[in-house]
Amino acid sequence: MKQSLSDRLALLSDAAKYDASCSSSGAGKRDSAATKGLGSVSNGICHAYTPDGRCISLLKILLTNFCIYDCAYCINRSSSNVPRARFTPDEVIWLTLEFYRRNYIEGLFLSSGIIRSSDDTMSQMVHVARELRQTHNFRGYIHLKTIPNASPALLAEAGLYADRLSINVEMPTEQGLAAYAPQKHASEIRHSMGEMRTHIEAGKDRTLTGRKPPRFAPGGQSTQMIVGADAATDRDILSSSSSLYTGYRLRRVYYSAFSPIPDASAILPVKAPPLLREHRLYQADWLFRFYGFQFSEITAARPDGMLDLELDPKLAWALANRALFPLDLNRAPKEMLLRVPGLGVRSVQAILSARSHRQLRLEDLVRLNVSIRKVKPFLYATGWTPGRLAERQNLRELFLPQPQQLSLF
Amino acid sequence: MAYGFVLDDYASFSAWRPLARQSFLAGCAPEEIEWRGTSEETTLFDTPLASPPPARAGAQPPVLRSQCHALLRSILRHADKTRFALAYRILWRAQTEPALASIATDPDIARALRMHQQVRKDVHKMTAFVRFREHGSAQAGRRSFYAWFEPDHYILPSVAPFFARRFVDMDWVILTPKGSLAWNGDTCAFSPVPCAKPKLSDTIEQLWQTYYVSTFNPARIKTKAMLSEMPRKYWKNLPETTLIPRMLAEADARVTAMAAQAPRPAPAFHHKLQQRRSATAPAVQEEPAPPQHSGKFIASPPSDVSL
Repeated sequence: MKQSLSDRLALLSDAAKYDASCSSSGAGKRDSAATKGLGSVSNGICHAYTPDGRCISLLKILLTNFCIYDCAYCINRSSSNVPRARFTPDEVIWLTLEFYRRNYIEGLFLSSGIIRSSDDTMSQMVHVARELRQTHNFRGYIHLKTIPNASPALLAEAGLYADRLSINVEMPTEQGLAAYAPQKHASEIRHSMGEMRTHIEAGKDRTLTGRKPPRFAPGGQSTQMIVGADAATDRDILSSSSSLYTGYRLRRVYYSAFSPIPDASAILPVKAPPLLREHRLYQADWLFRFYGFQFSEITAARPDGMLDLELDPKLAWALANRALFPLDLNRAPKEMLLRVPGLGVRSVQAILSARSHRQLRLEDLVRLNVSIRKVKPFLYATGWTPGRLAERQNLRELFLPQPQQLSLF
Repeated sequence: MAYGFVLDDYASFSAWRPLARQSFLAGCAPEEIEWRGTSEETTLFDTPLASPPPARAGAQPPVLRSQCHALLRSILRHADKTRFALAYRILWRAQTEPALASIATDPDIARALRMHQQVRKDVHKMTAFVRFREHGSAQAGRRSFYAWFEPDHYILPSVAPFFARRFVDMDWVILTPKGSLAWNGDTCAFSPVPCAKPKLSDTIEQLWQTYYVSTFNPARIKTKAMLSEMPRKYWKNLPETTLIPRMLAEADARVTAMAAQAPRPAPAFHHKLQQRRSATAPAVQEEPAPPQHSGKFIASPPSDVSL
């Protein structure tokens, strides 16, 4: 039976949706004013949102969902009975350009099942990117998935056309990977990431004479971990993230709560983890990337290594370290203000610039869209002194969300 | 008779600036100047407006710091009728409080910053939610596209460069109730004349809808997150949002079906692959075991990276 383009688009986008990465930023600015072609890149735009709360920024599809690997968590594993399909490179190019012209997307995120060999698969993906850039003068965003073990020449060419490259570590621990993805090897994934890091850093350097090296994925590299499919705790996951960010200079680590898939493998857990767990991991990730926290601090007070589902990680940290509070709104250093639950990066910046001209009162924070209720136990200001937090007995209860009546249905 | 000016809706910073300067040099305090828009209805009680008196002898022209200047530029694109008066009040106060714009807790500045955020958001959502539809066949190698969008503020001149630098190799027109933009490959023409919603269709939209439905994961419903980024006011002009009710209605049944599905035997090619693998790679060395099993996925920075 011949599948129409629409049928294959349905299959191959359904198969690609479990990759959470959607970013279309971080690659600097460029446009088509001089090249008279199509496309530009700046801060990244989300063009649509689906009812799962995720955005559509890139056309996220697979070249094919045939795969010789048999990774238990994956909808495309070789032992799955999902219908198989493939695009020709020209079809992917056509779809990308037509969607882009109608302002549906920022660009293409191309991944693929592994067919024949790593190099064979990678060269087809590089072909799509090369055609888009050279034949069609396309300057939109391109994110390519890197196939482990692909040859260095293909990797270098991929970096030339792509804005971002990524390879998924999939499981937070090596044991998890061995159990669920028998054909993937942590050492190979690690090697590819290390190689990409070297290339990306070399691509940013200039030679002694000031000449620019060839372009290599200016948007950096990212990865994804599946949460809740194996027994790894949040502490395991976050310590993996920590070494990924520091050891491999990753731009983003995505956490994807393991989600039920059609025709699932029998070795997977039946019950999906709560989506809240994924949310808490992202919050912890934000604390590391923008708030100056170390991952080890965030999980230090948790005996079972799991983040608190009821309180967000910043509040949980503040309650565990209550001796550091309250802080003086008018004098506390930036690093400490960033640790106050209820203050964001932007509001801290606004406080810093306002307080160098005026004495701030607690009420002034309303104008910065800060919730007074949240911050007032942690701050003192002109005209406001909080009770001493350290002396409260029922501290945790004070901050728990109001109990809700259970749904009857 | 009161002092004041009538400005049209698209009056930008550069149109407002000479008037504000004239008022300031005449020594008119913010409450002495009335700023009116042309689209506002005049009533019987409105007094006719006169230009401020000539500049006072020795009056110094007003000065603004760049941060304040940028803020005023931004808020003059807002649709709020009081924007001109607010801008003049900030200009007036900034002469005695030069750092005014960096004090986000000040009521005037807090309001201006809120307006600035709203304008920025409007610009951003316009770049995200404009949907082009192809019209007719290509003329001299250039295809032509039309779009309809309803911005809240007077942002067309500000978003024009975005569209003109992105969609260079095609002709396009964006029609809005607040004017239009048109690009022909060389120039981007702006017109403040309000437009009516055109009737357009494009067959590619079916493929886009297919993509939109397929990329949705029924096992994780977060409608609140969707609505906070894509409020309902945009839905009527987006081709994909008509599908949302059906997607939500079917989601539960799809998840239940996935959970109820019993494991099925693997397809034939899986067994072939397994056979081929066991033939080529004789057992054992599947795991290139690391020196010591640390438990962490990545225990230390890679040794093959020069630091």
